[in-house]
Amino acid sequence: ELKQEFTRTLRADNPHAPQNIVRYSFKEGEYKLVDYMDQTAIHFSLNGNLIPKDSDEGRRQSIRSNIEAEKAPVETSVETSEEAETKDKEHTGDTEAAGEGEGEGETTVEAPEAAETVEAPEAEEPPPSKAPEKKLPNQFNFIERASMTPINPLRERGCQSEPIPSKNFSANVNQWDIYDAYVEELQKMEKAKEKEKSKPQTIKVEEEKRGGRKLSHVEPQHIEPITRVARAAKIAERMVTLNTFDDIAQDFKYFEDASDEFRGQQGTLLPLWNFQYEKTKKLAVTAISWNPKYKDLFGVGYGSYDFMKQGHGMVLLYSLKNPSFPEYMFSSNSGVMCLDFSSEHPHLMAVGFYDGNVATYDLRKATSQPTHKSSAGSGKHTEPVWQVKWQKDDMDNNSNFFSVSSDGRIVSWTLVKNELVHMDVIKLSVDGTMQGPEGLQLQSLACGTSFDFHKKIDYLFLVGTEEGKIYKCSKNYSSQFLDVFEAHHMAVDTISWNPYHLKVFISCSSDWTVKIWDHTIKTPMFVYDLSCAVGDVAWSPYSSTVFAAVTTDGKAHVFDLNINKYEPLCSQLVVTRKKNKTTHIQFNPVYPIIIVGDERGLITSLKLSPNLRKMPKEKKGQEVKKGPEVEMAKLEKLLSLVREPESK
Amino acid sequence: MDETEEEKKDDEADYKRLHSFPLIRHSDMPEEMRIEAMELCVTACEKYATNNESAAKMIKETMDKKFGSSWHVVIGEGFGFEITHEVKNLLYMFFGGSLAVCVWKCS
Repeated sequence: ELKQEFTRTLRADNPHAPQNIVRYSFKEGEYKLVDYMDQTAIHFSLNGNLIPKDSDEGRRQSIRSNIEAEKAPVETSVETSEEAETKDKEHTGDTEAAGEGEGEGETTVEAPEAAETVEAPEAEEPPPSKAPEKKLPNQFNFIERASMTPINPLRERGCQSEPIPSKNFSANVNQWDIYDAYVEELQKMEKAKEKEKSKPQTIKVEEEKRGGRKLSHVEPQHIEPITRVARAAKIAERMVTLNTFDDIAQDFKYFEDASDEFRGQQGTLLPLWNFQYEKTKKLAVTAISWNPKYKDLFGVGYGSYDFMKQGHGMVLLYSLKNPSFPEYMFSSNSGVMCLDFSSEHPHLMAVGFYDGNVATYDLRKATSQPTHKSSAGSGKHTEPVWQVKWQKDDMDNNSNFFSVSSDGRIVSWTLVKNELVHMDVIKLSVDGTMQGPEGLQLQSLACGTSFDFHKKIDYLFLVGTEEGKIYKCSKNYSSQFLDVFEAHHMAVDTISWNPYHLKVFISCSSDWTVKIWDHTIKTPMFVYDLSCAVGDVAWSPYSSTVFAAVTTDGKAHVFDLNINKYEPLCSQLVVTRKKNKTTHIQFNPVYPIIIVGDERGLITSLKLSPNLRKMPKEKKGQEVKKGPEVEMAKLEKLLSLVREPESK
Repeated sequence: MDETEEEKKDDEADYKRLHSFPLIRHSDMPEEMRIEAMELCVTACEKYATNNESAAKMIKETMDKKFGSSWHVVIGEGFGFEITHEVKNLLYMFFGGSLAVCVWKCS
């Protein structure tokens, strides 16, 4: 089968043309076979750009080109003419070819023409008539040319600057405001001028008008109004409190309890102001001291006597003129145990803390920090400091004070320049050494709880200890005591020399007793049992025989030895709340009031009724002698009554 | 009686005269800017003594040209204000015994 031969013939007819098309003829009403089919198959078609020269269009163009050729020398741009001519070159060749059609020597005709046209653009002044004859540009042959530049890719970028810093400002202005400001300004300038020269104000004003720059006065204006307002506010506050407590102020000044006459020898304490402050409500009053210079200013130390509950401490300074708010406030980490004002520098205050530190505060300075403070490195006590007392300035005019503490040391602190220099004055050693480990002889130290310096004899002072002993010491001897008094059975809370009599001192203790001594005699002169632990005792500043004591049951007792040697003239409950113990008492040096502090941070001021303040009745004809001699004599008389049997 | 009246008038005229120097109440501008602004205010207030608005307009336009856009100016004898201003662009001053001028920038 593979050997079968097939003949194929090339035919010129279009294989795609259908051979048997049938068309419906309406004339004959039937389908008729269409015989002849157009066999033309178009393989390729291309639209040409040639226009026959003799056609309408061609003729039109040749006419136009002749007109243009006359204008050709006018054209100046070489490029355009060159372009036109190069175009012409192409087309004239073609048109010639088309025009002649039969291709008679096409190439030969073309060549010279091409040569001619090449010549034509080269020579700028070819005979224009010649070239244009042959040029028949096809007006519609436009070559389209396009190109695209590379597109730069776009990138978005954003940025935000920081907002401009702005502030708020507000003010109010009225006519009086402006007026006041000017007046103040003028006053200031006056003062400034007075310092330099004394000029009349009008001349100054003229100068200002000429100068016109008040730039240096902007800042001080802001400071002054505030300080002036502070002063004014302080005065206003005092006025307000005076009005509020008006009746108390009246009592303080003028009230004298008339019922005292009927009470025989008894007296009363009239409660006046109460001083308290919220932050100290949980703290106990541990120390009270009057300022030696300002008789209405007193300082109160706050802390805690409870060993387990130790917190922060405060020192508040109150003035009698303003019982509602303290004048000065100082706070500290450790509870304050004692405080004392320096009599030579009334702005200096020494404070002893529970943690054994001491510090001094300067009231003139605006800070609430101590000016000097001891530290562990500079010899602070290892136990609470129970009492501090200022001494006279030493030879270098440095202030110094003493402190006593349970660690058995009495230390003298001197304020040298900016430091606190300490020096151990005495170690309170107990008789009888103890055997320590490895056979060491240990010296045990007594715990000092209070001390007092003699008013006249500078070196002499007394120290009370926790064991109940009172040591009489001298500053000059650092290891030995001058004398020992077996005073109490429990810790000696307070010792105080009599302000008038040189030999007498008083001591009080938690063993319920108050004892009055003559320091030359070993046994007490007077003993008072108050049936409750005595917190504090104080001599009155106006009489050598009057003293007051507070007990932990909240009572204050006032004694006058001149009147009644065995019983208090007044025993009065000072604090109202139960479980509130009174801790300290102090007499005001000038006014007949006492202040009592208690465990709740409250200070109560009480006025002494006249019975408690009695001066000895003068006999008729005798002059009234005032002064320390009288007081001394008074006490001496009393003591002699007690002493006589003993001296025998 | 007449004398006291005259005295009072004298006093008034006196204080007006005495108090008419420019007194800066508050400003946080740098020194040069402050001087310039103050002098501009004085000039403007003196020029438009009767018309606060024109004075303010003059001050504002000059400040805008010199120191940048969006200044605000208030001139008056009695007003209260609370404003936000760009730091170092505030001037508050008294002038002429009874006028107060407040100039600040805030865009």
